[in-house]
Amino acid sequence: MTPEPTPPVSLRGEPRLQLLHISKRYPAVLANEDVSLVVQPGEIHAVLGENGAGKSTLMKVIYGAVKADMGEIMWNGRQVDIPDPAAARALGIGMVFQHFSLFETLTVVENIALSLGGEFDLATLAVKVKEVSQRYGLPLDPLRHVHSLSVGERQRVEIVRCLLQNPQLLILDEPTSVLTPQAVRKLFETLRQLASEGVSILYISHKLDEIRELCERATVMRGGRVTGEADPRQESSASLARMMIGRELPHCEAPLFDGERKPLLEIRSLSREPEDAFGTRLTDIALTVHSGEVVGIAGISGNGQAELLAALSGETPVAREMVHLCGEAVGHRDAGARRDRGLSFVPEERLGRGAVPAMSLADNALLTAHREGLVRHGMRRFAAAREFAQRCIERFDVRCGGSSALARSLSGGNLQKFIVGREIMQTPKVMIVAQPTWGVDVGASAFLRQTLLDLSRSGVGVLVISEELEELFEICDRIAVLAGGRLSPAVPRGQTNAEAIGLAMSGLFAQPTPERAHAA
Amino acid sequence: MLLEPRATPSRWMSYAAPVLAILLTLSVGALLFLALGIDPHEAFHVFFIKPLADANGWSELLLKAAPLILIAQGLAIGFRARIFNIGAEGQLIMGAIFGGGVAIAFPESQSAWLLPAMVLAGALGGALWGAIPALLKTRFNAEETLTTLMLAYVANFILSWLVSDPWRDPAGMNFPQSVMFGDAALFSMLFDGLRLNTSVFITAAAVLLFWLFVSKSFLSYQVTVGGLAPQAARYAGFPASRTVWLSLVLSGLTAGLAGIGEVAGPVGQLNLNISPGYGYAAIIVAWIGRLHPVGIVFSGLLMALIYLGGEAAQMALQTPAAITGIFQGMLLFFLLACDVFIDFRLRKPLEKRRAAALAKKRATA
Repeated sequence: MTPEPTPPVSLRGEPRLQLLHISKRYPAVLANEDVSLVVQPGEIHAVLGENGAGKSTLMKVIYGAVKADMGEIMWNGRQVDIPDPAAARALGIGMVFQHFSLFETLTVVENIALSLGGEFDLATLAVKVKEVSQRYGLPLDPLRHVHSLSVGERQRVEIVRCLLQNPQLLILDEPTSVLTPQAVRKLFETLRQLASEGVSILYISHKLDEIRELCERATVMRGGRVTGEADPRQESSASLARMMIGRELPHCEAPLFDGERKPLLEIRSLSREPEDAFGTRLTDIALTVHSGEVVGIAGISGNGQAELLAALSGETPVAREMVHLCGEAVGHRDAGARRDRGLSFVPEERLGRGAVPAMSLADNALLTAHREGLVRHGMRRFAAAREFAQRCIERFDVRCGGSSALARSLSGGNLQKFIVGREIMQTPKVMIVAQPTWGVDVGASAFLRQTLLDLSRSGVGVLVISEELEELFEICDRIAVLAGGRLSPAVPRGQTNAEAIGLAMSGLFAQPTPERAHAA
Repeated sequence: MLLEPRATPSRWMSYAAPVLAILLTLSVGALLFLALGIDPHEAFHVFFIKPLADANGWSELLLKAAPLILIAQGLAIGFRARIFNIGAEGQLIMGAIFGGGVAIAFPESQSAWLLPAMVLAGALGGALWGAIPALLKTRFNAEETLTTLMLAYVANFILSWLVSDPWRDPAGMNFPQSVMFGDAALFSMLFDGLRLNTSVFITAAAVLLFWLFVSKSFLSYQVTVGGLAPQAARYAGFPASRTVWLSLVLSGLTAGLAGIGEVAGPVGQLNLNISPGYGYAAIIVAWIGRLHPVGIVFSGLLMALIYLGGEAAQMALQTPAAITGIFQGMLLFFLLACDVFIDFRLRKPLEKRRAAALAKKRATA
């Protein structure tokens, strides 16, 4: 173990952390400009802002991952220099990153041991990990390999890893996006408890309701500058949103669909053993998505989401009759053959799955949109691919360096807009989207949701798998829950609520359902 | 520890790396000659300048470069897809056996169709020898690095058996070799008195075809995606097995063509010395050529020059034969080392040390 962090020697009333006039310029952008921020001991402080507002850069400055060009950092009343994350950890600063920094080939406990440094005993550490994870309602098996964990589970590893280091300041970057409402409650209890023990918390989120519930103070950023400070408990979500994006928060509009309602995607008693020893077995899943509707599947990652998506997309083909696309049994066909029949799919992993990181956007357009005349006689049509990418960039407002920009140079939200755009521009009959707005800022999220809604109202069947309940309630006509590899019946949005869905997420839905009873 | 990833890969470095690798190879080579008591200046002259002093030198250069370039074109397709065929030597030998077998089966033939038939058979033999690892990989998920290499030994043993027993030249004084091929079974010479023959046009055509394939075809794009991001290939529905088959069969085919180029060219028969390791050297050629069809032409010429220089140095300076392999090995070694700097850069060590010291001071304070 590392030596205990410096005990809080600060005099009473000395702020835990003070940032004075921090500026950071990147070659192309000014990420932070004259940012000042004060966090008191035991304070839960929100940092609000859209993607690109400079929140992440600011947090990286505090955590030592990025060096500020100007400005000072005061820690417990002393001026400090934080050259790297090790120094930050030595001071007692812990951070849960939005993008995870875990070694896939190692187990959970080995990953945690690595970040703690020094000598360790894996067995004792595993027990500690288990303790902490249970205490904070973040169930985790310390001996599992990280590559077999879902995104949600990986985030739990990151949170537990920080908590093990007894931090004085904990930075959380969008921590609740992968939790059930009940687990969010539990996390908030944990955070409040930590705060009452004197730990300061910097909480980055775009969920305004959560911030109003949890945080005592909020610093709002826009375009790299601080645009306001507020007591979120005194503000409304609308007023916070105004400070954040400089205008009213857009609302999704879900008009009625007046076309013919016919089944487009049918999942018939789909069961599948996992390929991976730690994967989830899918049991008797049944669901129908019709034209003109958005169907949502709620649930936490690791409950069969990855397996179900792979079975639906065709990445891991299943038995022929288990998946029907526009009336045709396609369960045995691969992803390409299903795409030929009108399926589009946006995966959870954008880099490396939805897009090739080292290729340009034009080349990435070709990945799935080669059906749109980008290939002739087996030869690539470079101009057509560039033009397709350019149209996608314009229509879906992708902020990037043009169609020749590498996919990996885009921010998560912009790459997502590109991938969603690429899939929509192929005029699919069925569109499956996983975690559509994961890590995407508020403005872009609203845009993406509206896009999916509009798509469905044009007669497309849209299936959304998301961990964000708010999102599902905003856009879905019907919602089902995937828990433990079983799917609950899809219920019209009006007939359910967050509480009921949350319960179903824990696996407590009535079964067998009538729908399944007659199938059996 | 002192490396950090670059935000974007350095374009400059991707061109500079081969040049840097050549310079490093030359510097270490100079030290090596010094250690052997040879004046490096003279050694390099013998190694790199003298072989190209006359027409014969250039003919020999092209004669050796042609098979290297041909094989490397095929290998590069697989390497882009992260399919590592390291047994091109075996596929070359199989090509030679199949093609040579045709010549041996029709010893009296004067037909103009004999040579084309040999070329076809050679291509087929190499492709077949590449198809076996492809089958093993797609069927049983057997690592192609192992199977291709092992099959190279198998091919060598088959050749050894053939020329020692069924195909041995009865008039050959019991040497393990076949009869010499007739004129109709040989590529014709391009110039009087020089060994360079028309098989060089096969390589020239291959360069053009591979350039077209790599830069323009959708299939090559799919193969490249499979190598860069296997999950994305699966997501898009590009079958992984097709990539395996394509890479291994194609690289086997080019190696088989190179094999027939040797036995129907300078060697003129089947014997145990039909290739001075072209199949292995072509791996280096492919990498140094950046897996690019045109880059491979240059790196193939360079590697051929090292072969020639090695031979010249053996004769003029009495250096051991291993000097050729040492130079080829160093070149690959330094290239791979320099390649690291395309995606990574050195972190300023001073800043790092200061940071570590600071962190330590704080932890103990």
